[in-house]
Amino acid sequence: MIETITFNTFQVLFVMAFAPLYAGVLSRLKEMVQSKRGPSIFQPYWDIWKLFHKNEVVSEETTWIFRVTPYLAFVMPIFVTILIPVLTDYPLAFAFMGDMLAGGFFLGLAGFFAALAAVDTGNPYGPMGASRTRMVGFLAEPVFMIVFFTVSFVAQSTIPYIVQQKWVASAAAFFSPAHVLLLIAFLMIILAEGGKIPVDNPSGHFELAMIDESKGLEFSGRGAALMKWGGQMKFLVLACIFLNVLVAPWGLAHGHLIGDVLLAVPLILFKVFLFALVLVAIESSLAKLRLFRISEFLGAAFITSVVAMVTSIFPGA
Amino acid sequence: MPTSIPEALNTLSAGLILISAFAMVATRQVQGVIRFFVAQSLLLAASCFLLGYSRHSVHLWALGAITLAAKVVTIPWVLRRLLPGDFYERREISQAVNIPSSLLLALLLTVASEFLTGPLVMAARDPVVRVNLPIGLAGVLIGAYSLMARREALPQLIGILAMENGAFFSGIAIAPELPLIAELAVAIDVILIAVVVGLLTRNIRQTLGTTEAGGLSELKEDPSAWL
Repeated sequence: MIETITFNTFQVLFVMAFAPLYAGVLSRLKEMVQSKRGPSIFQPYWDIWKLFHKNEVVSEETTWIFRVTPYLAFVMPIFVTILIPVLTDYPLAFAFMGDMLAGGFFLGLAGFFAALAAVDTGNPYGPMGASRTRMVGFLAEPVFMIVFFTVSFVAQSTIPYIVQQKWVASAAAFFSPAHVLLLIAFLMIILAEGGKIPVDNPSGHFELAMIDESKGLEFSGRGAALMKWGGQMKFLVLACIFLNVLVAPWGLAHGHLIGDVLLAVPLILFKVFLFALVLVAIESSLAKLRLFRISEFLGAAFITSVVAMVTSIFPGA
Repeated sequence: MPTSIPEALNTLSAGLILISAFAMVATRQVQGVIRFFVAQSLLLAASCFLLGYSRHSVHLWALGAITLAAKVVTIPWVLRRLLPGDFYERREISQAVNIPSSLLLALLLTVASEFLTGPLVMAARDPVVRVNLPIGLAGVLIGAYSLMARREALPQLIGILAMENGAFFSGIAIAPELPLIAELAVAIDVILIAVVVGLLTRNIRQTLGTTEAGGLSELKEDPSAWL
């Protein structure tokens, strides 16, 4: 019991420590594709460090929601981390406290408060970004749901630790049409939720075109640091759910020794790095969609997930 | 459930064939539709080779080679030769049904094909039939649908060819020992269809300046155009 709690804490530390690095590596790789040099991969750490040492300015017009939001945005990805397999392939202490739907609720709660806080400030760009994020969010939600339903249908469970074992149980399960379709649908959702290129441009700083960034414009000092760090952790957590639960549990620690778990750290980092290469390839080869084309993109993701469900429900699969 | 690795890979290619059928419905650009068709044909050929390997069937190997030669190489080449370059860059804006609804209809067709083949699949002992039959039927139905919904000549042609791909995909599971002569005949037929439709499209384009089949819905010409 002590051991699993230790490992769980270790997972949380892993996500907290490497989320800024992951954001740095992603942007560096993108800059390299565009034949620029780009900032160092450790730049996000320095940004967060700098923001923590600055004064925080909070508008007098705002309410408690604005003050609470950065903490929620920071804590919710951590809650999700203790539910999902990040480093080990056996259930840890809190694995059965909540399933993948609970993870979705946690991230949804953070997103909800971020949108409220953006409206709270009265800055004209905040509510615009918030309403756009909600538009992307409510179109992405059904896809999440259908993906989880399909997973629960295939694995008879929505606990991530049980789901991940299902895909590698046999070659037939791994290559089944349902699995491939699920992966594509979830990848599209990660692009939408992470504010990546076909949906949103993460490096764009033009207020009128922003979707995800404009919610955080009013935060400063510690609040901005927590929002930033929380956003980076959310993306790493989504990547871990995708790679460890839905793709395959390769590279996760199998043994119960501390050495096994430590060995899993470089393996998981390597796996996540490969995923970063895929993301950069997608981001560099596509153009950002017009705002009203986003519904078409997410509609396609929805159709893909429903087809995955259909092929897994009927006896053919 | 299929157990051997080639058969498992066949199910992977089945999933990707279904996705490329959806992609053909979702793509606006003529060039994109042809690309997805080539990808689908490649996957079909891969399936033929995989099943030919796992069942030691020379017929399936031959079928894969024919598919590769006819659909991956010859048909895109023929169409490229017959039609000028700007034709491929055109986007088809006005479809009979808009693309999100088209995708939903394609989804319904997939559900229908899974539902209709359900009893057959339950009766079949062969795991490959269980995978290929519903997805092949879905390919046929989606191809037929894009034949109806598209308004440009070339995507309509690709619709016919995609139907053919779907039929082949279930065919290789149900009747792998079809006489080779029948397969050759089908392959040559398909190329002939492409040549005929391509030539017709080119002539229509030269005389009328457009190849939008959607414009044919009005029988009378507008007399003011003559003045």
